Amino acid sequence: MMYFSRLKTYAILGACLLGLLLCVPNLMRAPNGWLPWRTVHLGLDLQGGSYLLLEVDMKAVVKERLDSMVDGVRQALRPSGLFYQTLEAQTDQNRVLLRLRDPGKVTAALGLLKPLVSSDNPTGVPDVQLLAQDDGSITLTLSPVALHSRAAGAVQQSIEIVRRRIDETGVVDPQILQQGEGRIVVQLPGIGDPNRIKQLIGKTAHMTFRLVDETATASASGLAPPGVDFLPMADRGGEKIAVRKRIDVDGADLTDARAGTDSQTGEWVVNFTFNSTGARRFGDISKANINHRFAIVLDDKVISAPVIRSAITGGRGQISGSFTASSANDLSVLLRAGALPAPLTVIEERSIGPELGADSIRAGAISLAAGFILVIAFMGVFYGLFGWFANLALLVNLVLMLAVMSLMEATLSLPGMAGILLTLGMAVDANILINERIREEQKLGRPPLQALEHGFSRAFHTIFDSNATAFLAHVMLFAFGSGPVKGFAVTITLGIATSMFTSWMLTRLLVARWYVAHKPKLLPV
Amino acid sequence: MFIKPRLRLAPDNTRINFMRGRIMGLVVSAVLSSASIIMFFYPGLKLGIDFSGGIVMQVRTPGPADFSQIRNALAAEHIPEQGVQRFGEETEVLIRLAAQPNEQATQQAVNRVRAALEATVPGTKVMRTDAVGASVSAELFQNGLLALGISLIMILVYIWFRFEWQFAVGAVVTLVLDITKAIGFLALTRIEFDLVMVAAILTVLGYSTNDKVVVYDRVRENLRKYKTMPLRELIELSINETLNRTLGTSMTVFLASVPLAIFGGASIAGFAQVMLFGIVVGTSSSIFIAAPILLFLGESRLRRDTAAPVVKAAAATDP
Repeated sequence: MMYFSRLKTYAILGACLLGLLLCVPNLMRAPNGWLPWRTVHLGLDLQGGSYLLLEVDMKAVVKERLDSMVDGVRQALRPSGLFYQTLEAQTDQNRVLLRLRDPGKVTAALGLLKPLVSSDNPTGVPDVQLLAQDDGSITLTLSPVALHSRAAGAVQQSIEIVRRRIDETGVVDPQILQQGEGRIVVQLPGIGDPNRIKQLIGKTAHMTFRLVDETATASASGLAPPGVDFLPMADRGGEKIAVRKRIDVDGADLTDARAGTDSQTGEWVVNFTFNSTGARRFGDISKANINHRFAIVLDDKVISAPVIRSAITGGRGQISGSFTASSANDLSVLLRAGALPAPLTVIEERSIGPELGADSIRAGAISLAAGFILVIAFMGVFYGLFGWFANLALLVNLVLMLAVMSLMEATLSLPGMAGILLTLGMAVDANILINERIREEQKLGRPPLQALEHGFSRAFHTIFDSNATAFLAHVMLFAFGSGPVKGFAVTITLGIATSMFTSWMLTRLLVARWYVAHKPKLLPV
Repeated sequence: MFIKPRLRLAPDNTRINFMRGRIMGLVVSAVLSSASIIMFFYPGLKLGIDFSGGIVMQVRTPGPADFSQIRNALAAEHIPEQGVQRFGEETEVLIRLAAQPNEQATQQAVNRVRAALEATVPGTKVMRTDAVGASVSAELFQNGLLALGISLIMILVYIWFRFEWQFAVGAVVTLVLDITKAIGFLALTRIEFDLVMVAAILTVLGYSTNDKVVVYDRVRENLRKYKTMPLRELIELSINETLNRTLGTSMTVFLASVPLAIFGGASIAGFAQVMLFGIVVGTSSSIFIAAPILLFLGESRLRRDTAAPVVKAAAATDP
């Protein structure tokens, strides 16, 4: 127990030295590119910043899919002359309901609808279940597999688009990660007021180009005629305009959008470019509708509805509509980044100003220093030389914790700092158990070396058992906690692990070297 | 100071008769825990924003904050606040608002508070804004309880595995008593119960188990060493032998937590206070609760292998 081979001695000291080296990156900048330079990151609560938890509106994802299915059904039945009574999307049941005017033609309709079902996915399960009900209606139900892959795809796509939008704003080191099934965590270091970012993220930014229906008028009951929407104008106090439902060109066909000023009026505008498909369709539509109006619709609001003066074939266009510099810029960012597949809502938001972060760092550092001094003084006074061995090991423990955290590039939060402090208090507990045991063994009349041997070996089980339970509790905290609390769990579990090494191996080595050098008749415990 | 220990927390070879107070200890503990459970329901815990949902804004005023002025300013703007209170320093104010139905409303509410403060107390800075939706807060609460529950079960299984079941049951019953008291402490002091508090309670849990393991470990060792000593005497001996360990390990964690309570700032002070309370409770329960429970549970069973031969021997000499 008290004998250390040369190899073992070097291994222990080497581990300590390595720990020290791994801490260095936290103190200075990387001297060059090729050195692995890993550091501890400061949590948002320490450096200031914003944390946003976004939820993808899965209902909207399903609804969009069902709406396109309704469209598909309509188109599949149109040439056959099969008329229907009802054709509607039932979002809460994930299905489309079709009721034919002539129930006898169900079989014929089923045949026509077959092509809408696709098994083209990794599981090979059909994405839509086509069923004739007893009452002569037909349902097209989305399968759970299809729903799942749809949802997963929507989240992935949302993450990508949110990232593009945020990157445009110049935030340094944003973190955008999926959480659970349909949630996205956005962390923005240094952003104390996330208002602007939230505005950018909160828009679906689905842009469509559609024709204005100049003849449509609302019926007596205020309902729009079929195929037409009454949409509010964005800038004229909500005045409504009749826009055809049919989408002529979709915003997905844009390749670029830039804010600029109109050379004639000096107004802020957004210049955009279509890809080849978009350019061709836009050219065709504009050629066929000269002197008619078309509407540029963004998220169900009409931004502008200009009159087409000539065919626009170059694939370039301009949106004007009482923009300011920043709103033109925001719109161009949104158009460049693309539309979100579904609306995102912020369900949790935490933002901390940099000043408060600095205060927290100071408070944490003072507490850490004061706690360290108190623990060290206690060990020195109550355990003498062996206490100082423990203190040295404690210092190394601190270094090792920092080293492992740097290696993991872990995040240090204010609760994390509290965790470090508590770990310091708990780490010396092992030494207390060892020292008390040695003292006991010596009291029983064992010679020094035997007392040391027994002390270390017998205390080990107690140390292991007591640390294991604390370790388990904090692993649970890590699994179920969130945000800064996770940081606390990380530092404590790490600290428990490293303290097993320092208090059990390192102090033992120190005591052994001291014993060999001095050969005392009585241990000062 | 540098070679020999200067002080001892408890003298060696104490022979304090802890078991005499075991009924008393259990009764006091049970009463305190029952009171805590009652307080858990009435008046109940003051839920922090993590668990209740809503909006919290921490603002810093240029001079000492005038709370009634701030309250009036918010009332004049018809902003229904749920509390304006001091947060640590006298320039720090915590404003709570109810959860808003949607994101726009949340943003509006925050902006209105900002504007109202700017108008009445110029130079006020918003240091921190937290807005937690109802679905998230319910989930966080559930996860917090899960973490606590699973930890308890894992500790039970671990101690069962390493010791006998009597030890495991004794430890977990004691831990439950400890936790209920910590919750009573939260209810009494009106410290907000949030995720950080769950962390504090879990830390107390882990730490308190530490303490119990130290005593139990010695009981187990003594059970092997003194085969015929009555259990009561044996447990008493074990507690006395480990007194310096129990007190010493508690002391170090206590000392580490004190600076947090003093310097850690308002957001961590509650955490530290729960820690300090938990350490005191955990240490005393190791001595006065966990050990007596072991005595009740193990009186006949833990000594079975040694008790049986004695009975047999008596039976053999009887005729």
